[in-house]
Amino acid sequence: MAEGKERLLKGFSPRKLPREEYFGPGHRACQGCGPTIAFRHLLKALGPRTVIANSTGCAEIISSPYPQTSWRVPWIHSAFENAAATAAGIEAAYKALMRKGRIREERIHVVSLAGDGGTADIGMQALSGALERGHDCIFICYDNEAYMNTGIQRSGLTPFGASTTTSPAGKVFKGQRTWKKDMPAIAEAHRIPYVATACISHMKDFYMKVLKAAEIEGPAYLHILAPCPTGWRIPPEMAVEIGRMAVESGVFPLYEVEHGKKRLTVKISERKPVKDYIKIQGRFRHLTDEDIEYIQRRVDEEYERLLRESGEASQAT
Amino acid sequence: MGRNRVSLEICEACAEAVKLADVDVIAAYPITPQTHIVETLSAMVADGILDAEYINVESEHSAMSCCIGSSAAGARSFTATAAQGLALMSEMLFIASGLRLPIVMALVTRTLSAPLSIWGDHSDVMSVRDCGWITVFAENGQEVFDFTLQGFRIAEDERVLFPFMVCLDGFHLSHVIEPVELISEEEARDFLPIYRPRYRLHPNEPISMGCFAMPEYFMEIKKRQDEELKASYDVIIEVWEEWEKRFGRSYAPLVTYQTEDAEAIILIAGSYAGTARLAVDDMRKKGLKVGLASLKLWRPFPLRDIREILGRTEVVVVVDRALSVGGAGGPMACEVRSAFHGESPSPKVVSFVAGLSGRDILRSDFEEMVQRALSHAEKGELPYYEMFGVRE
Repeated sequence: MAEGKERLLKGFSPRKLPREEYFGPGHRACQGCGPTIAFRHLLKALGPRTVIANSTGCAEIISSPYPQTSWRVPWIHSAFENAAATAAGIEAAYKALMRKGRIREERIHVVSLAGDGGTADIGMQALSGALERGHDCIFICYDNEAYMNTGIQRSGLTPFGASTTTSPAGKVFKGQRTWKKDMPAIAEAHRIPYVATACISHMKDFYMKVLKAAEIEGPAYLHILAPCPTGWRIPPEMAVEIGRMAVESGVFPLYEVEHGKKRLTVKISERKPVKDYIKIQGRFRHLTDEDIEYIQRRVDEEYERLLRESGEASQAT
Repeated sequence: MGRNRVSLEICEACAEAVKLADVDVIAAYPITPQTHIVETLSAMVADGILDAEYINVESEHSAMSCCIGSSAAGARSFTATAAQGLALMSEMLFIASGLRLPIVMALVTRTLSAPLSIWGDHSDVMSVRDCGWITVFAENGQEVFDFTLQGFRIAEDERVLFPFMVCLDGFHLSHVIEPVELISEEEARDFLPIYRPRYRLHPNEPISMGCFAMPEYFMEIKKRQDEELKASYDVIIEVWEEWEKRFGRSYAPLVTYQTEDAEAIILIAGSYAGTARLAVDDMRKKGLKVGLASLKLWRPFPLRDIREILGRTEVVVVVDRALSVGGAGGPMACEVRSAFHGESPSPKVVSFVAGLSGRDILRSDFEEMVQRALSHAEKGELPYYEMFGVRE
């Protein structure tokens, strides 16, 4: 697939996508599941010479009820906090075995696949260690912004104001009280060759980044926004659309950092109001106009910083 | 004998065995008193005399996670740890066994905090006794070397496929220099062929490992794991017999000394068996019919050997270097008691907890424990357990 990158991306259309499915149908995900869209296309992009180390979470639970599996590439799950370490072990094994002539020399894409909790909370240490050591792996955070598998509990990547079962909107507190942790920036701080954000709503951008992550030698970190209709309290058919709104409002900007150079890959010249994004989601139902104004101000600030860092002109008025 | 007998620190002897095993991946984190093993291994890799990937992980949890990944991908994998490190990776120990990965680990036994202590006892290994690893206790440097090499062979046997833990006592063994008889690279290769797993994570034949199981499958899977771990006993014996034929050193689940006519037998695991052997000589000179059983194989639990060897005596003096806080006795003692429950005749099992956190157990201490045990047995008063050597 990596060879056909130019061909695929030039005049990108669904018809040009590989027909092979490596994430099989019949899994147990909820209707409208955003993460499974990400897995399906991730594997279409990477192809069959791929192996996945999966953390505990939605991805693992919906795809591997013994004795069935949705994975048509080699796949391992061992625990929650260690996808990156497990992937690192696999990568090291291939290196040693290829060097010793025990298996054929080839590029095998080793993918660490973890959710937002498995990446930014409990899995952060293992991820940081693996990024620092420079393993040739693709580290993926599929971010659905809470511990959805256990019933919508807040994580460090749950956005400010969102009501979850452990950051509920109550009489005193209005949902999540912390700002979403800037996980891509943390990955970037490891000075790895490639960091990018992606969203299931922008597939050309998504494929471009997965293929780039696969091509680049050394660690690549991809942070994929993968909306969860169940946890975000939106209709299932809205999963892709809500992702688009997150990107177009500047709540989740799409960019990449290649060898230290930051670049906005999807430029939004006129960002849509954050209010439009927030108002249609049940998890933000309790927020007042004043709360939303606060979020808008903060999104503006962060977006300005991103523009500055990417060498783009300010959009401040 | 013409063999290559050299003086080595026992940690180095362990590393030599790992080198001779031609491991592919080592993932480890430093912790006292284990560090000399991984320092030696990383020096071997740095000097190019061991062709392995050495992963400097950021925690023991990741050490075991890396080994799980590398072993699943078909690489011969090794790590070493102690105490808190073992506690931190304990989640992954259960998973390594459940995934049936033949990882070998040296556990340099050390006490679990708190209070923090770097000194040795068996509280770490006893905290993970249900984790599903084959577990052996070494008594000296030679056994550490032998067990480490045997570990790979046993673990990788298709009839076994379980991870293997070699326990060596912190400081009493790890930091001691002893003469160790090494084997040659050819002998090692002959004894331990290249690991060629039937299944591995590789795109040529995609498999899914570590699926979740609903209750309708879970118990069957666990029953099989339990039965197959128990069945590994026969392979362990087979490999030990082969080892004796090749290298002349014999092993058994319980290595006995003066037990034939013994009225009391001391049961202990690890390095203190050496001191206990001398104590047996002292007592024999005084006319006390005492013997010793040094426990080598802890998991699978050698039930038959325990019954056969200890069942012939009247009093079994179990000296545990671990405390089950608030429990019914030392961990080994409890299992020995349960081995004899309902058996007839059955020896009286007296449980002592001694030598915690590197506290010395002297030759004379063994004699005192035996005397006390005999007196308890005579009076028919058997305490759950006694902490031996505690200042009142």
